[in-house]
Amino acid sequence: MSEMAATRDGYGQALLEIADNPKVVVMEADLGKSTKSLHFRKKYPTRTISCGIGEQNMLLAGAGLAASGYIPFASTFAIFTERAFEQMRNGVARPNLAVHLCGSHGGTHTGTDGSSAQSIEDLAIYRTLPNVVVMHPSDYVSTLELTKQLPGLDKPSYMRTARNKTPVMYRGRESEIIIGKGITLCQGTDVAIIACGVLVSESMKAAEQLADKGINATVVDMHTLKPLDGDLINSLVAQCGAIVTAEDHNVIGGLGGAVAEHLVSNHYAPLEMVGVADRFGESGQSDEMLEVMKINSKYIEQAAHRAIARKS
Amino acid sequence: MTLSISELEEFARKCRVEIVKMVYRAQAGHPGGSLSEIDLISALYATRMRVRPNQPKWDDRDRFILSKGHASPGMYAVLAEMGFISHEDLHSYRVLGGKCQGHVDMKWCPGVDFSAGSLGMGLSFGLGCAVAARLDNSERRTFVMLGDGELQEGSVWEAAMAAAHHEVGNLKVILDRNRIQNDDFCEVQMRMFDIPAKWRSFGWEVKEIDGHNMEEVMSGLDFLESTNDKPSILIAHTIKGAGVSFMEDNPSFHGAAPNDEQFAQAMAELGEVIA
Ligand SMILES: Cc1ncc(C[n+]2csc(CCOP(=O)(O)OP(=O)(O)O)c2C)c(N)n1
Ligand SMILES: [Mg+2]
Repeated sequence: MSEMAATRDGYGQALLEIADNPKVVVMEADLGKSTKSLHFRKKYPTRTISCGIGEQNMLLAGAGLAASGYIPFASTFAIFTERAFEQMRNGVARPNLAVHLCGSHGGTHTGTDGSSAQSIEDLAIYRTLPNVVVMHPSDYVSTLELTKQLPGLDKPSYMRTARNKTPVMYRGRESEIIIGKGITLCQGTDVAIIACGVLVSESMKAAEQLADKGINATVVDMHTLKPLDGDLINSLVAQCGAIVTAEDHNVIGGLGGAVAEHLVSNHYAPLEMVGVADRFGESGQSDEMLEVMKINSKYIEQAAHRAIARKS
Repeated sequence: MTLSISELEEFARKCRVEIVKMVYRAQAGHPGGSLSEIDLISALYATRMRVRPNQPKWDDRDRFILSKGHASPGMYAVLAEMGFISHEDLHSYRVLGGKCQGHVDMKWCPGVDFSAGSLGMGLSFGLGCAVAARLDNSERRTFVMLGDGELQEGSVWEAAMAAAHHEVGNLKVILDRNRIQNDDFCEVQMRMFDIPAKWRSFGWEVKEIDGHNMEEVMSGLDFLESTNDKPSILIAHTIKGAGVSFMEDNPSFHGAAPNDEQFAQAMAELGEVIA
């Protein structure tokens, strides 16, 4: 796990790889250098639509393009996609138009820009929209693969990517990456840790720390929050009997919320949610933010102990 | 405060040095838009703003809303020069727990009246502050600094229309017309055509100046202070990165820090001797 890369670069690369499809168009809101759509823009300027600093316009123009047979990929920072939430709701999701929205720089991990840039609610809000597929991949390869599947998806989607580099985990495992299917990264029977995004590698670290103490954890990369891989969660409940979720997102409404909703209406298991404790972030380096928010491997490990202790 | 033109220029020069130092220490942040706005904010604070640095929450203070909140180093430098915060506090820029958050934030820094970072929000907020002053029968004024790329946000125009409709004459905008936004020149990203005409057609009083000529800046501020029956906007033609040659008119320094060599060059150009 020594290779490091940013998921946003996986998105940028994917746009180049799907460019053969003449219906693919890219939309920008003055953050193409950051979300990494700039490479597509350089190569295919006529298929790239600059919307200036105007996220709301971008989303609805995207809806019009989608309704006219194009496949728009619109991106900005995760936080600024939220500016266009109602456009996404009424203009995109309601008529079920396949606009693909990517929000980069998600989570507190984004760092020193501070709280105004650290989206901790994007996954929650988009999860509440009917028709919308919600993803938050953990590494470069999975971001690339998931994005490449989007032109074949006849629905709108939201994908959160991260600003900073994370370990590359899926080289050679590309075929395992499928929208809507969680990926089991390691197997154990004491506790299952379900994570997304930058906290997947933190969860792997937590599993190693737990192994040192004789506790065997399963770790699942739940890159798709909606539709949620309920079959996989049911099998984790049967296999481990205790669940931990981990996300760089508010504990309200994100991955933890999605898993909790599933557990209460299916097979029950104790659940401990690691996430941002319903507070805003601040300026800090990425690793400092994971510590301040109490969401790094240390806290995931502690949550695993608590979940195991709650098994009846 | 009454400062001569040359004293104002020196005030702004000191602030420029602090801006570059902040961004260099953090190895992140936004020097370009801080350097373009600095002559304007320096003159505004040093000669116009009715504020009390030792009592930052004084009810009748004028409000300054930095809507382009990424250009925070400029505002922090001025707040330090005015005594709202210390020069030591400038070392907390982008540092965990620091007063000087990446984007200006009213919860973190004394003298900051708006939590910025999302473009297109400051004018509406300023409108609210100005309406409140009117309801309070207060003489306080609200000054809002906008970026030119920021004008592309539709919400700016919702606020502009409402301010004219409600004849909010105590609302005063300064536009930092530096012709560059994040990815590139505004002309490439989104052409805005005749910006002064747009504001006039929305019912605003408009004046244009060279935002780096201190005499013109002072007459521009006179214009804002004397226009009280309508909202007014001072369109300041500026150079992004002004004062540091390699940053000037260079979109790459919208949000990038200088390296060691560039830092030394910047200090030399700004007449700062580094021990
Ligand atoms: C709503 C929103 N969208 C995008 C951004 C990201 N962003 C930060 S600065 C910037 C460019 C701003 O350009 P301008 O307003 O001209 O500011 P200046 O040139 O004075 O730095 C962008 C797009 C943001 N902060 N807020
Ligand atoms: Mg600008």
